Amino acid sequence: MAAAGSPGIRAAGLTIPLIAFIGVTFIAPLGTLLTRSVYDAEVAEILPETLAVLADWDGSGTPSEATYATVARELLRARDERTLGRAATRINRIQSGLRSVVVKTPRRLGRDADADPPSSWREALVDIDDAWAETATWRAIREAGQPYTARHFLNAVDLETRPDGSIGAMPETRRIYVPLYLRTLWVSLGVTALCLVIGYPIAHAIAHAGSRWSTTLLVLVLVPFWTSLLVRTTAWIVLLQNQGVVNDILVLLGIVPDNERLAMIYNMTGTFVAMTHVLLPFMVLPLYSVMRSIPARHMDAAASLGATPMQAFRRVYWPQTLPGVGAGSLLVFILAIGYYITPALVGGQSGQLISNMIAYHMQTSLNWGLAAALAAILLLAVIGLYVLYDRVVGIDRMRLG
Amino acid sequence: MGTAAPHVEYRNVQKSYDGQTLVVEDLNLAVQKGEFLTLLGPSGSGKTTCLMMLAGFEQTSAGTILVDGVSVQDLPPDKRGIGVVFQNYALFPHMTVGGNLSFPLEVRRMPPTERVERVQRALRLVQLEGFEDRRPGQLSGGQQQRVAIARALVFEPDLVLMDEPLGALDRRLREEMQFEIRRIQRELGVTVIYVTHDQQEAMVMSDRVAVFRDGRIEQVASPETLYEEPERAFVAHFIGENNLVAGTVVGTDGDICAVDTGGSTVHAFDVAGSAPGDGVLLAIRPERVGVAPETGQYANELVADVVDVVFIGDHLRVRLRVGSRDDFIAKIPNIVGHGRVLPGDTVRIGWATLDCRALPPDPTVLQTEND
Ligand SMILES: Nc1ncnc2c1ncn2[C@@H]1O[C@H](COP(=O)(O)OP(=O)(O)OP(=O)(O)O)[C@@H](O)[C@H]1O
Ligand SMILES: [Mg+2]
Repeated sequence: MAAAGSPGIRAAGLTIPLIAFIGVTFIAPLGTLLTRSVYDAEVAEILPETLAVLADWDGSGTPSEATYATVARELLRARDERTLGRAATRINRIQSGLRSVVVKTPRRLGRDADADPPSSWREALVDIDDAWAETATWRAIREAGQPYTARHFLNAVDLETRPDGSIGAMPETRRIYVPLYLRTLWVSLGVTALCLVIGYPIAHAIAHAGSRWSTTLLVLVLVPFWTSLLVRTTAWIVLLQNQGVVNDILVLLGIVPDNERLAMIYNMTGTFVAMTHVLLPFMVLPLYSVMRSIPARHMDAAASLGATPMQAFRRVYWPQTLPGVGAGSLLVFILAIGYYITPALVGGQSGQLISNMIAYHMQTSLNWGLAAALAAILLLAVIGLYVLYDRVVGIDRMRLG
Repeated sequence: MGTAAPHVEYRNVQKSYDGQTLVVEDLNLAVQKGEFLTLLGPSGSGKTTCLMMLAGFEQTSAGTILVDGVSVQDLPPDKRGIGVVFQNYALFPHMTVGGNLSFPLEVRRMPPTERVERVQRALRLVQLEGFEDRRPGQLSGGQQQRVAIARALVFEPDLVLMDEPLGALDRRLREEMQFEIRRIQRELGVTVIYVTHDQQEAMVMSDRVAVFRDGRIEQVASPETLYEEPERAFVAHFIGENNLVAGTVVGTDGDICAVDTGGSTVHAFDVAGSAPGDGVLLAIRPERVGVAPETGQYANELVADVVDVVFIGDHLRVRLRVGSRDDFIAKIPNIVGHGRVLPGDTVRIGWATLDCRALPPDPTVLQTEND
């Protein structure tokens, strides 16, 4: 009977909204992101002819007069079409300083240059700026015109393409992303460790306290969960700032002299404290749910078998909480590695993480390609760690509750 | 026994969890070396609490517990060296069977070769050779049970506590395990204090049984004594089946008293040392009741109406009305030539004086009878 298959089909149909939802909210943005990190046809569309002519250029000296003429014409048109700025920004990213060159060239050439061409376009352009006589300028334009590029990825790991085409490390002073990735990694590991150290006893207390206490404690852990992230982060500013509660108390107790108040906010300390606080529930909850399932009798049994409390904890209790430790740590770590708002608010200069840099390139410098590359590397790192975790611990051993 | 101290002794032990109600009222109990003693009682009567105080997981509120004549008051549980089998086994799920058994040996820093040998011996004892690499979750209930017993024995304690270890098993497995536990206990000569609320289990396994009720011991005796010579109505009611009839003492003669049961007077063995006018509860076992006996066969006789007759197989179960109550049970053995009775018959019933015990009255027990 044909109808026999229909319940299965109908059941599959029920998952369509979910699949569509995942597609729209997850796959599509991710795809766009990854595309942006390697593909940018903006310059190719604005200066198509220039790039076509440059393709034949051997890359040494300066290109032919015809190329100068083409680029001048296209820059003039770009100015009229108001696309000049976008092209200038992108070329400038390859070689800084070229923005003004690109922008001022059509302006100086004047509206009538097309109708009344100069005898030598080359001379006219070099007159406007010496940069037009440099090989690097043309290389930059050609490079910016590549729709597919590994530039952003190289940039994101502090590498650059040298003029001779080889790939090498950036000069020391411009290496910022790799140190930032490392800092993010260390902060995330540190926050995860702190959350574990603080969260384990809390979860233990909640799981094994009498039922009245355990409810109270659980609510205490969850209340911050329900308040706005912004409020909680701001609360730390109130507490930790120079004239804040903690410093006041330390001064009052004479632990710290008044003129040497501790800098605990707008730096790495602030990031650490606030992130640990914000992420703590994500550690406590999986731990709690695993611990609650461990019968208290197990510890009695261990004691009756001759184990000291320490041995009983180490051999009987701790191993049984490992699935919760794994789940909580992975959760906190993955949340921490992409954390943005807290470091932005309380991290100051030294407490910024890679996400803040991604946000900067998204919102301020508008270098979406680089932002996408940075984000993609972060994503790869997380996936890599996840796979590593799966290999070492096994994802199926993880329990969220 | 001579001068040897009891293996375990509870002296005036009290326990209260909340500081108000006594869960254990005033416990005095001595357990001899190599004895199998069972704590038997209804749920909530304090049996587990008594075990946990001995094992060290609960503190006594008053009194002392002595092991080999020495107070264990200040000894933490891990220093007491008492094997414990918990109600729900409490096997460690993240360790294999071998790991579970070897755990107590490892914390005692026993060398590996000896450890392996001991584990093997323990597995052999509970007939689970070859199971050492399984996890507890991969075992049947009865197998887990045996692992729990093996684990409590593997470090060779001379005292083992078992808290309703067979509670979760079906009847057949239960009976098998009862036999096994008893065999192992005899083989090793360990002292076992065993908790159950199944009176049949207590009877089958124990050297002596302590009957608990509301934190007190009603009676401690061998199963046979408990059955034949209960001293309290609660015990008479709790162990096996008993007919309980309320009456008033009208006369005494040494161990024998005459009791008016509301119309007829019967004689009974006087347990409580009653005086005329005292209320008593008479306890007569159903199998000791003769139905329609030959005249003069029994010293005590009553007239009763047959309410119901049920054929069980090896016996007939006859329910009779005696006075105002209709829950008097008699068991008639199904033997050749025994007369049949039918519902509606009026019959004489009778019993020997020594088969009828006059016990101190106990309102709660009779109330239970009324339900
Ligand atoms: N940890 C505890 N806190 C408070 N009260 C308790 C605790 N453990 C037991 N009780 C109370 O003490 C009384 C005796 O409990 P216990 O567990 O000793 O009974 P039990 O004879 O073992 O019963 P069961 O046959 O149901 O196991 C009960 O009323 C119980 O509610
Ligand atoms: Mg109990």
